[in-house]
This record gives sequence, structure tokens and C-alpha cells, in this order.
Amino acid sequence: MGNYVGKSMKRVEDPRFIQGQGRYVANLKIYGMTHAAIKRSPYPHAKINSIDTAAAEALDGVIAVFTGKDLADSGVNPIPCGFTPPDIKLPPHHALAIDRVRHVGDGVAVVIAESAYIAYDALDLIEVDYEPLPAVVDAKAAAQPGAPQVHDEVPNNVSFTWAIGDEAAVNAALAACDHVVELDLINQRLIPNAMEPRAAAAQWDSAMEQMTVWTSSQNPHTIRLLLSAFTLGIPEHKLRVISPDVGGGFGSKIFHYAEEVIVPWAARKIGRPVKWVATRSESHMTDAHGRDHVTHCKLGMSQDGIFQALHIENYANMGAYLSLFAPMIPTALYHTLMAGLYKTPVIYGVTYGTMTNTTPVDAYRGAGRPEASYVLERLIDIASRDLNMDPIEMRRKNFIQPDEFPYQTPVALIYDSGNYDAVFDTAVEMADYSAMRAEQAAARAAGKLVGVGVSGCIEASGAGPSAAVVSLGAAIGLYESGAIRVHPTGKVTVLTGAHSHGQGHETSLAQIVGDELGIPISDIEVIHGDTERLPYGVGTYASRSMAVGGGALVMSAQKIRDKITRIAAHQLEAAVEDMVYDRTTGTVHVKGAPDKAKAFGEIAFAVTLANNLPAGMEPALEETSYFDPPNFTFPNSAHIAKVEVDKDSGEVTLLDYVAVDDVGNIINPLLVEGQIVGGVAQGVGQALWEHGAYDAEGQLLSGTFMDYAMPRADGFPQIRVGRTVTPSPSNPLGVKGAGEMGTIAGTVTVVNAVMDALAPLGVRHLDMPLTAEKIKAAIAAANGGSN
Amino acid sequence: MYPPKFDYLRADSAANALELLAANPDAKVMAGGHSLIPAMNLRLADPGTIIDIGRVADFKFLSANDGYVGIGSGTTHAEVAASSDVPSALSEAAGLIGDPQVRNRGTVGGNIAHADPASDLPTVLVALDATISTVSGSGTRMIKAGDFFVDLFETALNDGELVAEISMNQDGANTGSAYAKLSNPASRYAMVGAAARVTVEGGVFTAVSVAVGGLTPKAQAAPSVGAALVGQAATADNIAAAAAAVQNDLGDDVMGDIHASADYRRQMATVFVKRALTKATERAG
Amino acid sequence: MKVSMTVNGKTYTRDVEPRMLLVHFLRDELGMTGTNIGCDTSQCGACTIHMNGMAVKSCTTLAVQADGATITTIEGLANGSELHPMQKAFWENHGLQCGYCTPGMIMAATKLVENNPNMTEAEIRHGLEGNICRCTGYENIVRSVKAAAAQMGGGD
Repeated sequence: MGNYVGKSMKRVEDPRFIQGQGRYVANLKIYGMTHAAIKRSPYPHAKINSIDTAAAEALDGVIAVFTGKDLADSGVNPIPCGFTPPDIKLPPHHALAIDRVRHVGDGVAVVIAESAYIAYDALDLIEVDYEPLPAVVDAKAAAQPGAPQVHDEVPNNVSFTWAIGDEAAVNAALAACDHVVELDLINQRLIPNAMEPRAAAAQWDSAMEQMTVWTSSQNPHTIRLLLSAFTLGIPEHKLRVISPDVGGGFGSKIFHYAEEVIVPWAARKIGRPVKWVATRSESHMTDAHGRDHVTHCKLGMSQDGIFQALHIENYANMGAYLSLFAPMIPTALYHTLMAGLYKTPVIYGVTYGTMTNTTPVDAYRGAGRPEASYVLERLIDIASRDLNMDPIEMRRKNFIQPDEFPYQTPVALIYDSGNYDAVFDTAVEMADYSAMRAEQAAARAAGKLVGVGVSGCIEASGAGPSAAVVSLGAAIGLYESGAIRVHPTGKVTVLTGAHSHGQGHETSLAQIVGDELGIPISDIEVIHGDTERLPYGVGTYASRSMAVGGGALVMSAQKIRDKITRIAAHQLEAAVEDMVYDRTTGTVHVKGAPDKAKAFGEIAFAVTLANNLPAGMEPALEETSYFDPPNFTFPNSAHIAKVEVDKDSGEVTLLDYVAVDDVGNIINPLLVEGQIVGGVAQGVGQALWEHGAYDAEGQLLSGTFMDYAMPRADGFPQIRVGRTVTPSPSNPLGVKGAGEMGTIAGTVTVVNAVMDALAPLGVRHLDMPLTAEKIKAAIAAANGGSN
Repeated sequence: MYPPKFDYLRADSAANALELLAANPDAKVMAGGHSLIPAMNLRLADPGTIIDIGRVADFKFLSANDGYVGIGSGTTHAEVAASSDVPSALSEAAGLIGDPQVRNRGTVGGNIAHADPASDLPTVLVALDATISTVSGSGTRMIKAGDFFVDLFETALNDGELVAEISMNQDGANTGSAYAKLSNPASRYAMVGAAARVTVEGGVFTAVSVAVGGLTPKAQAAPSVGAALVGQAATADNIAAAAAAVQNDLGDDVMGDIHASADYRRQMATVFVKRALTKATERAG
Repeated sequence: MKVSMTVNGKTYTRDVEPRMLLVHFLRDELGMTGTNIGCDTSQCGACTIHMNGMAVKSCTTLAVQADGATITTIEGLANGSELHPMQKAFWENHGLQCGYCTPGMIMAATKLVENNPNMTEAEIRHGLEGNICRCTGYENIVRSVKAAAAQMGGGD
């Protein structure tokens, strides 16, 4: 046990945030800085006949106006897609549309002005002659004959078809099942809405031909790579990308966005720094959205509730362009999770990725895994009711058992560890499940609609083994870097390729290094988010930072310890194998002679003097490591929620929520609980309130916070968090990742609870969000149409 | 997030405001600015000239006298929400407008002059049969709330006329009032709002006034509910039966959107009238 | 138009367009970037500051409306190097993750507690209606406000 790991420590980054000293891109002020604003299409689909920028250019304070043609003429390339399964149709994605716009918010021109106010004034002076075209919005409708075509390059709007499993075997097994639950469901579109709107700024040094880009990104190195190798062609060694404090991401800040191309391009063009900051309305139109699946699914089982086969047919809405990782989400991160916690022997799944006239869809917290859990856990919920079985009991009957790990699922993944009964035991106890059921029975007897919802979810996180993800279609490996630099005075700088945008890495990674080296965390500074300061890194998403980024730092710390031990042995004239590195004090001593010792700081200084090192040793205490994990990690959960539905209005009140998760070993319980609770809130948001809604013509109806229902404080009871721990064998820390489990489980748990409340009325399924109106209509229908 | 340009004129008194308005007949009058500024931030409003009456002391008062309460148009929602002099329905509704920060700046006069159909106050003022006093170059006018709200974002205010005061009877003896609201889950504006004031004497309703809003283009009185209830015993069954009579008063213009259809809102008018009546009846006791 | 206001104890005078929002005045004219902008419809509360002793959304206030006002922003909440109890409580209770909503949340919560140090949990949750956080699920924010209220008790 070290001094730090496993302890709830206050975050070292907080003093700047609570005092208004956050370093967000929007706060950047550079001498000579100009401001960009982007003219966006009000049409979901239209031909651009002409763009007249003369009046905007003539406005006092406007420096320049550029269109998509200007960018293309100067050699700017389309934004690439980074996950390309075989036979995918890849339509071009220009940073600014050239001859056709394909979703509301598609950019057509950029104004660069002396102030943001003037830039917005100029937008109103740009005349675009549009010729509206028919639009398609729905993922499944897009693939039907006669649907409007979004791209000439994508016939029938189907960009890719991705399947896994033996469909004939699954169909045969389903035909032989005692009971098959069949369900159509919609996993509605969400808008991520990190509270910091996206922002980008750039400065061009013409003498040195050096570009610096600041962007609110979860992965600055990836953005540098894409800007260099694909969109702008600026040599990678002449391009610095900085993602300073980033105000939340939830996946939406992974991708290479148009503004990250436009802003540096314009900065070079005009020879002055440029800054662009999204308004919230712009975020709604242009941040990659999440989810948006239309699914038909079947789960077959024996009469005693043993799962036999699962069949999934899914349409996934890609939106108007293929965002960076978009095709990965409803395929490799979705169908591979369909085994859940269970031993279903055969599983088949297919996803059609379709293009529509909507904002592109990509990873949003959980990314494919919430959608998978939603399908599976809804099916099981209905099955348990059909077979008159307690939903927890049915799940337990099908669990993969602790002695069956590593467990090969029928959908490619090998689960590394877990004890699902233990997670459920803890949840059942915390929730006092039987009392909850008794209260429900009493409430029902009194005429109230009270429901208890249960789910057991799994995710593959800690992405991930590079060979596996690249073989699935990813265009980058997913290892991570971690460097430790020990200064002459024994102070330590930690450099990580992971990126913190709320996770608290400056604290949790310091805890890890503090314990690995036995030094106070006040002597450690964690640096992230700057390509010029860090070794190459991949960034933060898929709950990977502790598992992969932490793993790399453990490796570097090991190397530092080894070197310190060798130096100490040399200076104390002892054999290396006789030395003991005490990780609580950071001292190295000769075994059995604690006073024959060297302190961490002494060795650090000795290295700097470099006059008494082992022969041939380099005089530096600095190590960099790259960790590529052998497998994903598999966090899992048991969540239980209790809700009440108002019979008169259909309004749902969340009464209680218990979240028990096995996220492996825990570095900082305070931060892990924060991740879980925050994740649950986002999951509940999808279940009850949130919807990125378009009308049939392609207009975005939830264009601002006036119409997109963000969860607020008064929507929740106290969310209660518990845990069990089975360490992951897939990384040195035994961690699994805590960022997404809450969201993955939260959505389906609450939907299951509401459906449980409505079960006495015979309601089988309602699509999210579970608005009061939908519920009231279901109640009325159950009562034969009367209220 | 970047309002368009406008000329800004600041009034320092009611008389000065009227002068400025007479000289700039197309100007937009702004008190707290909490309807206007968000609209300008989205460039949905481009007023050209703004007359700021936010500092006019003449419009800032709240006083009760002899069973009657007068509220200056410049009074903020927070001040109304905190007042024990105003009818319960009004303080309750004021406390549900926006959020604490919005209530600190938004004013009663600005709110009702904007006449947003999803606003809370118009519904309450109609139920309370409030009087809206105006000032203009040609003197003062008293307009009943039921006549003040004309249509979607349209009031009986003439050009050059300002809201000066809103006044109404306090909740008297054996009288209670309440407001109940089905909120838009995103904006928290009313999808359905229902306000009621009842007088209960000897266990029997002797006076009932109800109005609904949020679902109709303007706040709508619901006389059918009162008619069904007056003379009846103050019981839950009678309230429930009478609440359904609101359907007679909704008219054909019930509105819907992505959050709630017109049909659903129509149904909810009955539910929320019942809730408002129930609470008001408890308060009358 | 010339406006003058006292921000965090110091008086500033600037010539600005009438249309300039108070939040832009604070951020761009005075360089106080602690007050964040999270939306454009007066919903999220990231821009909450104190104006003449009240919590106000600075994105829904023009700088000219604040002419002559006394303003406190997140940068001025602490008493010198001594953090305000609300700042401390957010730190100690992990009431923030990405930190973006935090300045507005702290400024709003401070006034809630000053106005009523004995709020119930439901009152705290309702009182924070004007502030949106996407990270925390609000649980630790509510805990932070409770903890600060215990420290600030009687403060009014």
C-alpha cells in the first residue's frame, strides 16, 4: 500500500478552476489577434449557386471572407475518416462546403474580423444563393429506395454494412427456442453539450514556417497528425497543437473538426492570429452528435430463461459526413458487446451505416456500448416479465462465472476478469432490493405507478490493444505514452499523452507516480495537452487514461527506480541485487542495513553531478515508455433505480438510484465516484429528457438549450454509489476505467424502471426520451383510450 | 451571442421615458432585458433603438393597502416571489420564472409587455383579475388583465404607452390562490400553466376564478370551471369534476411543439387546473 | 458610450458600444476571463456574477446596464489569499470536474446560501436551476453547497 493510490485526494488542479484561472482556448489573447465567425447553411440540403461576399468584405473591421472554394483552391484536403471497414464508401468532407450543403449548420464561408461582434455583423451581409434539395433524416428511411441521395459517392446512402456472427446458426437457434423476445427500438440522437463550447485559435510564424494551433480537443497529437498528413499538409515538426484546459468532452472533442482546419489556414493566409469560439447554437449544429440507431432485435431462450441466441439488425445514422471515428461506434464498439454479462452461445449482428442530412454522428460517452447495453438489457427486461421471473434472477442464471475467465464471447472479445454475482450482491444489498419490491407492491396496491429497474452492463474500455483495433479498421494504434523527468533537486515532471478535460489526471497520475517513486505528490507536476512538450500520445477517450496512460507511467517509474537502484548500489558499494527501493519513502538502502541508504533527491543530484555513476551510465533521470495493452478492460455494473410515474400527467420522478460498478482497482475513489455519478446523470438524461430532434425536412428542432433538455440539479435524487473490485490483468495497475460505465448503465436502468412502473398496464416498450406525453398516452391506451 | 448594433437611450424617470418614446416611436423599451437580450444574442431581435427604463424609480414599488396590492412594473420577479403581500398564486408563479439569476433582473412589466404565451405571469394575472395601469403622453389607462393580453406576443398597449403598475386584490379571508405548471423540460417555460383563486365559506366554494396559459396563444380565463364549482362543497371530487370544464374554455388554438403536442397539453389543462384548485382550496382553509 | 463600474473592488471606465454584453466587457475589456460563456439563451449560468449584491447572468446584461454598478466576479470572491467558503467546499467535495461551469456555479451558490443558509437539499437543487453542469451529475455540487452553508451559517 502506497501513500496515495486508493485514497480520496482533493484535486491539485482545482485551485485554478475555483478561482477563475482556467486556461480555456476562449480565454486566449494574442497580440494582433483576429476573430472568425462562420456562415452556416440554414438548409438541410441545397445546391449552392453562388456566394456573394462583397458587402461583408466591405464592412469596416472585416479583414477577409473566405469560402470553401478558396480553401480547396489553395490545396486544403477533405477531413478524413479514421475508421474504414472493408468496402466503406467514403464521401468527401470539406471544411467549408463547396457546391452543396448537406446539413443545417454546414459551413459555407468564414469571416475574419477585428472583433467577434463585427464578424457576426458581416455574416448577415453574406448572400448565399441556395437551391433547396429534398432531404432525408431517418437512419432507416435513408436506405430505402427513392430516398434523397446525400452523396453521389454513396449509393442508397449506405456507406457501409458491417456484420459479425453466423446468421444462419442464430436463426436456427432462434427457431428452436421456447421463447423469443422481439423488439423494435430507437436509440435517439443526443447532443453531447460539453459546457465549454468548442474553440480553436492559431498563430503562424512566417519566418520559421511554424504553426501553433490551440484547440479544445481530447487528443492534440491526433489532431496534429490529421492536420499534417491530411487536411493542411503542414509538416508535423512545424506544427504545434495545444489543448489547454478543456471544459468537458464526452467524446465530442475527439474528432477533427472543420474549424481546426479553417482557423490555422486563415491565420497563415492573413498573417495574423485567428480565434474562433462556438456559440452554443453552433455547438448544437456542428458538434458531432451521439447515438441515433434504429434497431430490430430478437433474444431467444429456453422456458427456464437460459439465453440461446441473439439477433440484431441495426441502422446507424452517420449524418451528412463521416466524422473521424463514426463508423467504429455502431460496429466494433457495439456488436462486440452484445454478449453482455452472459453466456449466450450464438450472436449475430449487422449494422448499416447510412448518410442523412443531419449533423454527423460519432462517439458520445460510452460510444456504441450504451447502445449495445440498451438493446440487450431491454430485451432481458421484457423476457423476465414474459417468463414471470425476477429480472435479477434471470440475469444471474446466465452470468459468465468467475472461474470462466478469460472468457471468449461469440462476438470477438475475450473478457479478462469479473465477478458479476458479487456486483449484483452488493447492489441488491445497498438498494435493499426486496424492501424496494415490497414498497412497490404496497404502492401498486394503493393505485400508484411505481417501478424498479435493474440492469447489468459491461463495456470494453481501456482502448486498447493496437493490433486489435487496427485489424478492426482503425487508422491509429491506441497505445499511450508516459514520461517521467526527474530534475536535479528531485522534483518531478510527468508528461502524459492522455488528456484531462475534467477527469483529474493531474491528481490521479501524480498519485500513481508518487507511489511508484515514493515521493510526495507536491513534488510532481503532470503536464498534458501540448504536442511540443510531450512524447507522442493518443489522448483521452474510451476510459483509457489510467489503464493505458497510467500503465505507461508505471513502466517509466520502474525504469527510474531501476536506475536509481543501480546508482545507489554503485555509490554504496553494494550489489544491485542487495538493494531495496522503499516505495513509501523514496529511499534505496542495502538489504538489512537501513542506514546505508540514498534518498531520491540525493540520487537526483548525483545524476546531475555525473561524477560517480556506474560505468557507461548516461547522466540523466528521464524515462519515456509506451504501453500497448494486451487486451481491453471490461468494467461491469449492477444498477438499480426506483421511479414513480404520475398517473394524471405521465411525469416521471426518479426516487432512488444505486450504482455498483466493478471498475477494477481504484486510484482515487473520490474521482471515480464523480465519474460514475456524472455518467449516470448523462444516462438518465437520455432516458428521460434529451433528444437531438429534427423535423422530417431536416430542420434541427433542438437548436438551443431552450429546446434541448439538459439534466438539471432538481432532476435527481441522491445517486448512491458502491463498488466491487476484480483487478484487471490487462495493465500494471489493475484498473478498468470508470468514465463511461455510469452512462452505459444509467440509460437502460431508468427505462427499465419506468417500464416496470407501467407493466401492470401491459405496456411493453416505449422509446426514449420517456416524456410525460408518451407515458400518458401509454397509460390512456392501456385504459382503453380514456384518461 | 453578439447582439446587433443599436442606439441606446436611458430614461431616468417615467416622464423622461415617455418623452424618449415619443421622439423614437420605433424604439424597443427594455426594463430588465431578460426577454430582449437573449433574442438579440441569437439575432432574432434587431431593435435599432433601445430605451432603457431599468433605472426608473417611478416603476419600482410594491405596496399593499386596504386589501389591494400594487406592483410597480419595474419590480423584479425575485421581489414579487419574496412578497407576502401579493396573492399566493402570484408569488408562487414569480418564483417559478426562469431561475434565481433571471428573477433578479427580469421585471413584471417587461414580462407582461412581452406577452410570451409560455410565460407564467399572464395566466396568474388573468385568474386574479388584475388591473394593468399604463402611462402615455395622453394620460393613464386601466386595463383588465383579461383584455391586456391580445394574442401571441401581442398586448393592448398602444404605441408610446408603458406599463406602470399591476394591481389586484390580495387573497382575502377564506380565500386562497395557487399556480401549477407543467414545465418545458428544456427551457422551463410553461407548457401548461394553471392559476386559481377560490373563496371557501362554510365548506362551500363561494367564488372561483381560474385561468390557463402556456397552451393557448394568450392567457385564457376559464369561467366554466368557476361556474361548475361555485355553490359546490369544497371536496376533491367536486374539484376534479369542475377542472374538466376547462376544456370548454380552451378554444381551437391550442398549441403544440416537440415537447408536448396540442392534444396532450389540452388534457393537461384539466390536470393542472385540478392541481391549482386543490392547492388554492387548501390555502383558503 | 462611456461606462464605469467597480469590479472586484477597483473602478474601471471604458468606452464601449451599447450592444456589448457585460460578460464580454469583463472578459475582453477587463481581461477577467474567469467568467465563462456556456450558452446563448440565458440558460446555463456559466456567466453568473454578482451585481449590486445579486447573482446575475452577465450574458443577459448589457455593459451599459451595469454602468455604475458594483460587481464581483469569481476572481474577486476570495478574500485575498483566503478562499471563500464556497470555493473551499467545491474543492473539498469534488464539486467540479472540467471546471467550466464552476465559476458561475460558485457565484450562484454563494448568493443562494447568503439568502438562506438553512436550505433543504430540495431547495438547493431547485435553487441551482439556472446553472447547468454536464460533468458531475450535481451530486457533489449539492454536497459542496451544503458544506459551505454549514460554514457560512448565519452569514447574510
